Amino acid sequence: MAKRVGMEVSVAVAEAAGLADTDVVAAYPITPQTHIVEHLAELVANGDLDAEFIPVESEHSAMSACLGAAAAGARTFTATAGQGLELMHEVLYIASSMRLPVVMAVANRALSSPLSVWGDHSDAMAVRDTGWIQIFVENGQEAVDNVLCAFRIAEDHRVLLPVMVHLDGFYLTHVIEPILLPERKEVDKFLPKNNYPLPLWPDKPVTMGDFAPPIIYFETKKAQEVNLRASKEVILQYWDEFGSSFQRYYHPVECHECDDAKVLLLTMGSFSETAMTAIDKMREEGKEVGLVRLRLWRPFPLEELRQAVKNTEVLIVLDRAISFGGPGGPVCSEVRSALYTQDKKPKVISFIGGLGGRDITSAGFEYIVNRGIEISQTGSEQEFEIFGVRE
Amino acid sequence: MEKYAIYVPRLLTKKEYFVPGHRACVGCGEALAVRLACKALGQNVIIANATGCMEIVSSQLPYTSWRVPWIHTIFENTAAVASGIEAGLKVMMRKGRRPEKDVNVVAIAGDGGTSDIGLQALSGALERRHNFTYLCFDNEAYMNTGIQRSSATPYGASTTTSPAGKVSIGQFTWKKNMPAIVAAHGIPYVATACHSYPFDLMAKVEKAAATGGPAYVHILSVCPTGWRCPGDLTVRIGRLAVETGMFPLYEVEDGKYKLSLDLPKLRPVEDYLKLQGRFRHLSEEIVAEIQRRMDKEYAKLKEKVV
Repeated sequence: MAKRVGMEVSVAVAEAAGLADTDVVAAYPITPQTHIVEHLAELVANGDLDAEFIPVESEHSAMSACLGAAAAGARTFTATAGQGLELMHEVLYIASSMRLPVVMAVANRALSSPLSVWGDHSDAMAVRDTGWIQIFVENGQEAVDNVLCAFRIAEDHRVLLPVMVHLDGFYLTHVIEPILLPERKEVDKFLPKNNYPLPLWPDKPVTMGDFAPPIIYFETKKAQEVNLRASKEVILQYWDEFGSSFQRYYHPVECHECDDAKVLLLTMGSFSETAMTAIDKMREEGKEVGLVRLRLWRPFPLEELRQAVKNTEVLIVLDRAISFGGPGGPVCSEVRSALYTQDKKPKVISFIGGLGGRDITSAGFEYIVNRGIEISQTGSEQEFEIFGVRE
Repeated sequence: MEKYAIYVPRLLTKKEYFVPGHRACVGCGEALAVRLACKALGQNVIIANATGCMEIVSSQLPYTSWRVPWIHTIFENTAAVASGIEAGLKVMMRKGRRPEKDVNVVAIAGDGGTSDIGLQALSGALERRHNFTYLCFDNEAYMNTGIQRSSATPYGASTTTSPAGKVSIGQFTWKKNMPAIVAAHGIPYVATACHSYPFDLMAKVEKAAATGGPAYVHILSVCPTGWRCPGDLTVRIGRLAVETGMFPLYEVEDGKYKLSLDLPKLRPVEDYLKLQGRFRHLSEEIVAEIQRRMDKEYAKLKEKVV
């Protein structure tokens, strides 16, 4: 039976990749991802994990080496953050388009300039359309569990897509939490060996990564879209199986006090736990408020989201990234768009906050909810509100 | 070398791994070089190919010219992709998930993919000592995109981004010495080769693949389209590059330089330049300048030879 132990979340993420018996780790250091790859290097150095650790010379090469390893059929893991994810950008599309099941932990970080190593979701939003399955986690346990699920989902032959597990830089990566690390044999039972269907191997030559003229390129992109959309069923299946084995259940959209809520707040990542505290307090005060947490970012859980907010009057969306010059936060834009076609839909209010490590406290979330209610009644001259910035 | 030419071909494998039907230009030296290199490498190989001419002409969906496992991802990362393949195979063989087998991981790229945009990834992979072979097929410009200059374009060559003009001689920089940069990494094997010396090329590729560490072969590949010369002169121009000393053939084994073809007397560089439209505009003074520079570089190379 697994024991609950206190450990840094980064270390726990590395331990999870170790429990998955990862074959190849290719990584380049960047704050706040460093502790994850440091611990993996340590596991390999001590012989606790039989893997090849490739200390590449850039994130671009980290993801490129992952492509090679995954195409050869190896279980492949990497981690990065912020600028590192940006440097990988063009390579991310290759992983998904060539259906290479790489798993990556992203320690979400702000983007320069000015330089900031602290957390927000700007890096994640910039890679929204790269074709990866993307999961946001709220605490260390979820990070561990979802790294394990990520391998299971990515390597399933119905999916064969790369998976990003987003965990907030510092807020999660650098805190010590009580973590239940599963036993190796439990993991082995849940996660079979990677059996990539057509690996690079001389006995059966394959050509991968062809060039496509207009007569066939579009068909490949449609197939990719169909494939990513269809992966949701498999994600649900493995979250379910994981739940049966480990008694921790995950859903694309998580609800907290949603059922009779007239006002819902929507958050992603670790801020959800603080928001939950605020919601609980407001509930005690008799306010009909609730919290929706978006866990599965890609493929976007349209049905689940519509279901979760169908009875509410106001939906306040908190983004931790700016779409410069755009209609609001990137998450809010998608949520609005998802609800636009519905006959009965809540008023959707956009808030942007928590950039570059700026904290939002429980009192802050209370303010956001109250102000959101106010805007829903009186309207606002602005497309979106920015919370927590000095004027 | 010449005297073996009569019977050596009979010893060569008739098997082709880079097969006809591809879309390379008539007289393409690179396609010839790739075909020869593949013969030398044989079946037990995995190739990672950078974006460029060879990738474009050989892999148009749904066709392929490759009878060996082959992967292309993007332009500048080929050495890194090869790193991943090598590491993946190594660990899977160790864990018993792949049979123990001597599989050569080979990265191939053009001069731009090697000496410009892919230099960082190559340097990283060499420094990390991956057991792989890197073949640079150097046609001295970005031919795939339409003859733009690279850092491997020779001095004085007119390209579409270093055009000769009223106030320009064309390329105003000297060709980057890529084999020397690679040799500075202290890897076990570095060599230069040309498709016009096929047995030398094949022997070097074979040797590179058999080296238990990173190996690099820099292969001059004549490009009739970009060099503006007739397609039936491909082999002849390759020979002239070597015979004039513009592209000397040598090996660097564990740091020791060895000339593959120690010519008693070099032909004047003019013999090489005058057959190519890209040098057509050069004045006698510039040709003389190229000759002086070539003499100096060749002497420097000979000094290194033990």
